[in-house]
Amino acid sequence: MEPHLPILQVVVPLLCAPICVLLRDAKLSWLWATIVTWIAFFIALVLLGKVLASGLIIYELGSWPAPWGIEYRIDAANALVLVIITAIGAITLPYAKASVEKEVSEPRIYLFYLMYMLCLTGLIGITTTADAFNLFVFLEISSLSSYVLISLGGNRRALTASYRYLIMGTLGATFYIIGVGLMYMMTGSLNMADLATLLPAVDHTRTVLAAFAFVVVGLGLKLAMFPLHTWLPNAYAFAPSAVTVFLASTATKVAIYALLRLVFTVFGGTDLFIGTDISLMLIIVALVGMFAGAFVAIFQNDVKRMLAYSSVSQVGYMVLGIGMASAAGLTGGIVHLFNHAVMKGAAFMAVGAMFYVVGSVRLNDLAGIGKRMPVTTAVFLVAGLSLIGTPVTVGFISKWQLVQASLALGWWYVAAGILLSSLLAIVYVWRVVEVAYLKAPPEGAVGRSEAPLSMLVPMIVLAAATIWFGIDGDTTLRIAGEAANALMGPASGGKP
Amino acid sequence: MVGPASPGLLGYWIVIALMMTGFYIVIAHDNLVKKIVGLNVFQVSVFLFYILMAKVTGGTAPILDEGIKLYSNPLPHVLILTAIVVGVATTALGLALVVRIRNAYDTIEDDEILAVEEEEDR
Repeated sequence: MEPHLPILQVVVPLLCAPICVLLRDAKLSWLWATIVTWIAFFIALVLLGKVLASGLIIYELGSWPAPWGIEYRIDAANALVLVIITAIGAITLPYAKASVEKEVSEPRIYLFYLMYMLCLTGLIGITTTADAFNLFVFLEISSLSSYVLISLGGNRRALTASYRYLIMGTLGATFYIIGVGLMYMMTGSLNMADLATLLPAVDHTRTVLAAFAFVVVGLGLKLAMFPLHTWLPNAYAFAPSAVTVFLASTATKVAIYALLRLVFTVFGGTDLFIGTDISLMLIIVALVGMFAGAFVAIFQNDVKRMLAYSSVSQVGYMVLGIGMASAAGLTGGIVHLFNHAVMKGAAFMAVGAMFYVVGSVRLNDLAGIGKRMPVTTAVFLVAGLSLIGTPVTVGFISKWQLVQASLALGWWYVAAGILLSSLLAIVYVWRVVEVAYLKAPPEGAVGRSEAPLSMLVPMIVLAAATIWFGIDGDTTLRIAGEAANALMGPASGGKP
Repeated sequence: MVGPASPGLLGYWIVIALMMTGFYIVIAHDNLVKKIVGLNVFQVSVFLFYILMAKVTGGTAPILDEGIKLYSNPLPHVLILTAIVVGVATTALGLALVVRIRNAYDTIEDDEILAVEEEEDR
């Protein structure tokens, strides 16, 4: 059983998902999804433990040796990402029960959990696979199911948000396979480790350069890199709350992981990226995104949409880590990947709970929410402080690491950019805090009305994690450091 | 020298023309169904690209038979079979969404929908 964990990680949610259709019952399918997702979480934890103890795990599907067969490779980088997505997936489900019952019509709920598990499968698959084309297939599994999940939102605008995401997402994925096709043309291989050894020989042909561009732009669309982010705000704002929590903490993270994998493992041996105009371009795009996202967030009246724009800004920090292309910068980017998943999850859960009780998350409707829902608002406050990057929260750990990395490279203006964009975060978080605590509740509002306990507990857990990993930053930094080494080190090229 | 007019590259020029046509339709058209059609053209150009790539001059279909030595590369064909399935799924989902959008907004013109949404935002 144990040697098969890498494939079980993917197969368990994939094969368990259709059983929801047989169950056809809202409560049963919720229970089923919860059990399956927690199993996936435990598999991911075991895998992370094994990787940290004994290094790279290689799993050949059907015992066909790579590069002919598809292989799954687990190293510190994707083991960490696996833990992030399955943990968020597992913690979101208890929260989802009440939230989904309120926002999705009863006969469709079992389909919701079906899609949820398929989306999780796709995300896990992207993370585990070491085959460039296989990655595309999982990318589409996760994308198609997330379009459906988003379109289940109550507002009719969820439909148009989902449609636009579908157009942009399909363009992104198709760009990606054009890139893969061009690489295949030059090397005759789709296996990432194999590509890494074959690409350097042809790295200055225009075909490989075009392949690199297609892959970066295609994945950039998926991860909402700044000028390609336009699908994100509405998709997050109008999706059911539980979907927003799940997608905001996992989908973009996995796309960033895929970009990391392609840029460092596959193209790592070529000199197309590190120290070239392309890495400089990523840094510029990241910096502009950090400011533009935060700046637009300030002017949003819908808190969900505000947080969505804040995600665009936070994605900038992670891309910045990639663009630095140094071990320290990459560590900062990867640790922010983890930290942002935790804090954005908490923030969106709090906002989802407000939506559950108030029925709206426009700032005007949230007046005095701090008195009506003290716990929820406190969770939002913790997550908000973390978004700003105050010490004792996880946001501080990753920003500190990024600032140090940019100073180590002598890029003080990048460090200044990180600090200045954090100031913008103070403004948009403050706008919510002001409305929540300093304004009187509207007439006729019930005194105290927290969301049900099943929603409160997951968000408190995430808020606690925000603080826990903010104080004990060593563990996450160490794992992120190992992940960065796995991506940048010579071993990552898959050279035996 | 292989120029644009060379028959060896003609296929690739057709792929690029199709790709740009599809991409243009997605960007320029307001009609949601036409956007899906454009997306299809765009995807089909990529299918063609993979199939062209696999063709070996003088090669035949990868079926084992006496007297045949040269085969076209079957792998890209298999890959594109998967991509075609993905394309069908995307088109079906996209069109289903268009039906729902038409029920909700009474229009499938993107500019009219945007106007309604901007009204709501205010």
